[in-house]
Amino acid sequence: MKATVLVRPKPGILDPQGKAVEDSLRHLGFKVEEARVGRLLDLEVDASDPDQARAEVERMCAELLANPLIESYEIELAETG
Amino acid sequence: MTETAPRIAVVVFPGSNDDRDAALALESLGAEPVLHWHAEPELPDVGAVVLPGGFSYGDYLRAGAIARFSPAMRAVADFATDGGFVLGICNGFQVLCEAGLLPGVLRPNESLSFVCRDAAVRVERNDVPFLGECEIGQRLTIPVKHGEGCYFADDELLAQLEANGQVVLRYDGESPNGSVDDIAGIVNADGNVMGLMPHPEHAADPLLGSTDGALILKALVERARERLFAAA
Repeated sequence: MKATVLVRPKPGILDPQGKAVEDSLRHLGFKVEEARVGRLLDLEVDASDPDQARAEVERMCAELLANPLIESYEIELAETG
Repeated sequence: MTETAPRIAVVVFPGSNDDRDAALALESLGAEPVLHWHAEPELPDVGAVVLPGGFSYGDYLRAGAIARFSPAMRAVADFATDGGFVLGICNGFQVLCEAGLLPGVLRPNESLSFVCRDAAVRVERNDVPFLGECEIGQRLTIPVKHGEGCYFADDELLAQLEANGQVVLRYDGESPNGSVDDIAGIVNADGNVMGLMPHPEHAADPLLGSTDGALILKALVERARERLFAAA
């Protein structure tokens, strides 16, 4: 089963990378209110059903993929096909 | 047991690059440093542990996030729980935070630039094992060299750290990285685990331009000596 994890800097957390991207976009003439830069992880999870896969990816996020002090995450699941 | 040089482990992760500098500085200050490969789960009998600077696992994901799962880190955590002295320098500080042995996290510098220069830090406390050779308010000149040294704790955690006196070193003057409250070094609640971004091992010999870092490492060597030999 495929899982996609989106890791984002939490709201209110200063995101210097997002700020740099935002400034560059403005510099190019784009009208951008704000840019935030996160991280995307594509995973292929060995699990028999979506509930098990989600639980497994939740644990991965808690233990390694995101730091709860500064980051939030979202998990999306899709059947492998 | 006859009193000899206290052994201090310097944990070597793949990507550590200040392990030898740390070992050399500790040796010059009277310790017997032991380079300890991260894959070894058992620590030798040591009086203190140093997690050195560098770029363990290429700083992938988040600095220190992967090194915390090294087999040696379990032993380091047990050593710390037992009251052992653990000093994390730069990447070592990042590893300690990711491992939960120190509160908070180190984020990319506010400037997004790698910074490599001398930094002035102010000693806030001298009753922790690592700062016993310093005076409160003393200004130390110690180099920093990092891309992810911006210490962050949310308001609640920060208030708790300040109330407990866990902020032991603060940048004096211009902050190199944008840390909250100019934090350069903290200790855990018990005071036996410390992390700092500046590199004391790079300021431990007159040839290096400053010997202020030796004050921190010397204190660690002496505490390690007491821990190993006091009962003898």
